[in-house]
Amino acid sequence: MSILALQNVSKSFGSLKVTDGVSFEVPEGQALGIIGPNGAGKSTLFNLITGNLFSDAGTIRFLGRDVTRVPAMTRCLNGIGRSFQIPQPFEKLTVFENLVVAAAFGQDAREAEVHGFCAEVLDETGLIGRANEPAGGLSLLERKRLELARAMATRPKLLLLDEIAGGLTDAECGALIATIGEIHGQGTTIIWIEHVLHALTAVVERLLVLDFGRVIGIGDPAEIMESREVKEIYLGIEV
Amino acid sequence: MAYQVSTRTRASSVAAIVAVAVVALLIVAPAFASRGLIQDLFFILTMLVLAQFWNLLAGYGGLVSVGQQAFVGFGAYALFGAVILWGLDPVPAVLAAGVAALVLAFPTAFFAFRLAGAYFAIGTWVIAEVTRLSVAQWKAVGGGTGTSLPRSATRDMWFVDAIKALFDVKTSAARDILAYWLALALAVATIGGIYWLLRTKRGLALAAVRDNIEAARSVGVDAGRMKWVVFLVSAFGTGLAGGLIYMQKARISPDAAFSVVDWTAYVIFIVVIGGIGTIEGPILGVLVFFVLQSVLADYGSWYLMLLGLIGIGVMLFAPRGLWGLISERSGLQLFPVRRRLIGPGTQANTKGG
Repeated sequence: MSILALQNVSKSFGSLKVTDGVSFEVPEGQALGIIGPNGAGKSTLFNLITGNLFSDAGTIRFLGRDVTRVPAMTRCLNGIGRSFQIPQPFEKLTVFENLVVAAAFGQDAREAEVHGFCAEVLDETGLIGRANEPAGGLSLLERKRLELARAMATRPKLLLLDEIAGGLTDAECGALIATIGEIHGQGTTIIWIEHVLHALTAVVERLLVLDFGRVIGIGDPAEIMESREVKEIYLGIEV
Repeated sequence: MAYQVSTRTRASSVAAIVAVAVVALLIVAPAFASRGLIQDLFFILTMLVLAQFWNLLAGYGGLVSVGQQAFVGFGAYALFGAVILWGLDPVPAVLAAGVAALVLAFPTAFFAFRLAGAYFAIGTWVIAEVTRLSVAQWKAVGGGTGTSLPRSATRDMWFVDAIKALFDVKTSAARDILAYWLALALAVATIGGIYWLLRTKRGLALAAVRDNIEAARSVGVDAGRMKWVVFLVSAFGTGLAGGLIYMQKARISPDAAFSVVDWTAYVIFIVVIGGIGTIEGPILGVLVFFVLQSVLADYGSWYLMLLGLIGIGVMLFAPRGLWGLISERSGLQLFPVRRRLIGPGTQANTKGG
């Protein structure tokens, strides 16, 4: 069964069509990568899936249910977790508290029940040493990790990652790939927008290419990377 | 379990003991304090309640309202209406004041929540003015010139005879003592209630909504409901305080009861100089405000200008208020809400902020 299914989803900002009749499905347990040039509408597509934005047309189904008009909060409770491209920490809360609020509300659990789990997630994502620091004081790398950790704290069935590897050193990127691979290995479905292609292809099983709001290719990563459209549009190579 | 979570600090344990002692002292104060001192304490306690609720709204909920006088005035008028028209005793009528403010808060929030930031602030002010003008049309409670509580109602108030007998004082002094005790109970309940709220997971959600509403929604927090809860709770508490203030004054007029200076500007001053977003801030702020008011009371409008200058100075040089300055330097937290994770890999001690 596909965990997520988009059918003819469109979104415009004024006269600009940022999502144009997008349709695709993600089978449960798969890791799907999304690539495309800047301004292709990748983050908008994420916002439509999470409910931070509502689509103008088309339907979005999650776990078989139509969630097209369901607000972000409810979609999170249903099992959609996300990271933001530009990290959006709760700045005055500590790193630990950032996770506690995500876990307690995202899992609809009592606070005391999630403390241990949050500590584990911090440990896995390498943030345990910063647990009691206000999130506003974190470095960019730490903020990106916090985005991942906070999304994981909601125990999502579908995890959406938005350019989480950008700006990392090779070693940091390797550690991140390992972490995401581990989450994927535990059965979580992942959709991952990334410009760092080697990070993406190390994890994902399928690749989707977006350009001007339209899906111009979806399939096996190796084939997609070799296709003419991708080389032309995404990599800017004249073929 | 390997990990533990604690909010307690050494200072907070000491603070708890000191707080109990202070409250106990305040309870027995009427036995030895002069009537003037009781009135001053009543003023401090009621302003503290207003400040705590405004702080809950603005400091924790991110809802910067400049229309809280709507709830003070509407609550106070509800008390007068209940006493004059229904013959209710003024003491239970204080509760009616809170309920009336709560009722007014529903349409207010319905309109004001469509606005954000500065527009929200202006919107709440406009609603307060509309409420003032509407209440001024209410002839049964004196219209635009106002009215007094009937002598019969103030003379036979609940508990007044008992207080007269207990302290051997006149009716008017007994009324002040009664109002003071009610204000003390309200202040303790307010601080205790807000502190409790902030330590629950709803308190965390409130802080998350304040810091980043989109991210809060994305982790499953019902941001809209949090705002409603904070707004309604604050209106109820502000209405209770308004009812209590005018029960003690026993005389009301629309201009006084809906005064933006008395019930919102001073309150904002208290919270801002004390330290917004902390429970300690308004407590410190109200004491500073009282001292300033006592020292400068004879200087007329110079007093207001000086208050303004001090407010600007604090905002520029200590944006987190006097308490922010103190807690930054010393790491002191008397009402800690921060959950500290203690276990392998975490830092043993971090300064609170």
